[in-house]
Amino acid sequence: MANKSQQQAYQQLAKKHIPKPDYLGNSLRAFLVGGAISALGQGVTNFYLSTGMAESEAGAYTAITMIFLGALLTGLGIYDNLAKIGGAGSALPITGFANTIVSAAMDFKSEGYVLGMAAQMYKIAGPVITYGVTSAILAGLVKWLLWG
Amino acid sequence: MDYLVAFLVGGVIVTIGQIIYDSTKLSMGHVMVLFVVGGSVLTALGLYEPLVKLTGAGASLPVSNFGYVLTQGVYEALLESGLPGIFSGVFRLAGGAIAAAIVFGFLFALLFQPRK
Amino acid sequence: MAGKFVGKQTVTFSSTPSVLETFSIVGPMEGRGPWGSEFDTVIDDEKYGEKTWEKAERKLVIEAVSQLLAKSKLQPSDIDFLLAGDLLNQITSANFAAAAFPISFFGLYGACSTIAEAMILAAMLVDGDYGEKVIAAASSHNKSVERQYRFPIELGVQRPPTAQWTVTGCGSILLGRGDKSPKVTFATVGKVVDMGAKDSNDMGSAMAPAAADTLTAHFRDLAKNPSDYDLIITGDLGKVGSSILAELMEQAGFPLAGNHIDCGASIYAEDEDVHAGGSGCAALAVGFGSHFYPKMLRGEVKKVLLAGTGALHSPLSTQQNETIPCICHAVAIEVI
Repeated sequence: MANKSQQQAYQQLAKKHIPKPDYLGNSLRAFLVGGAISALGQGVTNFYLSTGMAESEAGAYTAITMIFLGALLTGLGIYDNLAKIGGAGSALPITGFANTIVSAAMDFKSEGYVLGMAAQMYKIAGPVITYGVTSAILAGLVKWLLWG
Repeated sequence: MDYLVAFLVGGVIVTIGQIIYDSTKLSMGHVMVLFVVGGSVLTALGLYEPLVKLTGAGASLPVSNFGYVLTQGVYEALLESGLPGIFSGVFRLAGGAIAAAIVFGFLFALLFQPRK
Repeated sequence: MAGKFVGKQTVTFSSTPSVLETFSIVGPMEGRGPWGSEFDTVIDDEKYGEKTWEKAERKLVIEAVSQLLAKSKLQPSDIDFLLAGDLLNQITSANFAAAAFPISFFGLYGACSTIAEAMILAAMLVDGDYGEKVIAAASSHNKSVERQYRFPIELGVQRPPTAQWTVTGCGSILLGRGDKSPKVTFATVGKVVDMGAKDSNDMGSAMAPAAADTLTAHFRDLAKNPSDYDLIITGDLGKVGSSILAELMEQAGFPLAGNHIDCGASIYAEDEDVHAGGSGCAALAVGFGSHFYPKMLRGEVKKVLLAGTGALHSPLSTQQNETIPCICHAVAIEVI
C-alpha cells in the first residue's frame, strides 16, 4: 500500500489534471436563477399584501406558495434541470428545500410507503430542520438575553 | 423597485452559497445546513430582521430565512412567557412552511414518478 | 510460481480461449452516442417497462445473457459457468438475473472492473479444462447506481466537472474453446491500489494509479511496450483519469503511444451533459462487445489490451470519509 507521502505526491500530480469548476459562470448563473426566484417570491408576497393580508401572514403564505411550486416542478421533473443551471441559485431558495423533500420521497417510494417514502423523504431536509431548530433555540435564547 | 431589490439581494445570498459549494468539498446539503445556522446566528445578532424588512423576498426566500423565522419564534415566546417558553415558540412562524413542505412532499411523491 | 505465470502478475493461457460471441444492450442515452448503431439492442425507456430501476437493470442482464445464447445458437445447458457482477449492494442485479438461468454461477464484484475480472476468470476456467463455454457479464444502470451512491434522481444537484455519468447497459461475452479468433492470450491480475483519493465525484483520478500499476506490471512481465498493442482500451477512467494515466505511464517508462482509448470518455455524444464521461461496469463490457470486438472480427484491429478499472468504495465507506481503494485487471485479446 502506498504510504502517506506517496499519496500526497499523487494528489499533487492529479490536481493538475482536474478541471476547475467554472467559478464565474456558476456564480453568475446562481445569481440570476436565485435572484429570479426571489423576485418571483416578491411578486407572490405583493399579491398577498394586496388582498389585505398582514405582512407576517403574507410572508408565511409566500413560503407555502413557493414550497408548492418547488414541489410541483420537482414532481414534473423540471426542477433538477433548473438546478443543473442554477446550482445554489435553485437549491438555496425555499423551493430547493421542497425539492429535497419531494425528490427523496419519490425516489424511495419503491422501498414502501412507510419505511421507504415517509422515512427517507427527510434525507436532506432532516438535517436542515435539526440544525435549524437546535440553532434557533440557542440563538433565540442569546437574542433574548442580549436584547431582552 | 422592490422586485429589483429582491432580485439583487436574493441573488447575492445564493451566490455566496455557490462560491462555498464550488470552492469546498461540501455537498449542497451541507451548504443548506450552513445557511440555516447562519440565519439563526444573524438573527441572534439582530441583523437578519432588518434585512428582511428592507429587502423583502430577497432575504426571506433563501433557506437562511428558515433560521430567522425559527429563531424569531423562540425569541417571541421567550419575551411572552420567559424561560418556560423556550421550546414552544420555535415552530410558531415556520410551522406553516414545514407543514406545507411535508404535505406537498407527500402528495406530489404519491402522484409522480422519478423520470430522467 | 506455477507454470502458467509470467513474471509477477501475468498469466498465460496454453489453450488460448476464444472470444466466441458478444451481446450488448444499452439505454437511450448510450444509443444516441457515437457507438449507438453498433449495440445489439438499444432500449428507449430506461425503466424498461419495470416498476423499479433495480428491476430494470436485472432485466438488462437477463436479456443480455439470453440474447447472447440465442445469437450463439446455444441452450443454457451448453454453458458451464456464468460469471457476472454489477454495482448494486450484494450484486443483486447479477444474483437475481442468474436465478433465471440453470447455469452454475459465480457472482463477482470488481466494481467497474468486473467485466475484465470475469473475462480473466472465464479464460482460466476454460484453459484449466473446467468448462468449455463460459459467459462473462457485467451491468450498470444510471438510475439504480445514482440512487445507491449519490442522490435521489429528481434532486437538483450541480455536478462538478470531474463527475462521470453511469452507463446504463449490460454486456455479455461468451468465451470458450475453439479455433475462432480473437483469443485471450495474457491476463494481468491487478492489486488493490489506494492513493488516498476521497472524492466520490472524481473516480477518474482515484482509479488512474491502479490502471498505471497493472499496465506497468503487464508490460514489465511480458517485456512489452504499449506500442505492441493496436489499442489499449480502458473502461471508465473518463477524461480526467485518462489524462492522469498518460502522465503516470510516461513516468513509469511505458509512454502510451497514442493508442489509448477510454470507453467512458468515448461512449457519449459530445453534446451530452456527462462532464468527464461515462462510468460503470457496462462501459467496458458494451464498448468492447459492440465496438472493438467487431473491429477485431473484421481484422481492422489485431491486438488489444483491455484494462477494466474499478473503484472499490461503498456509500458507507464514503460517508465514513474513507479513501477509495481501486483495482485494474488487464486482459490481452489478439487475432491469431
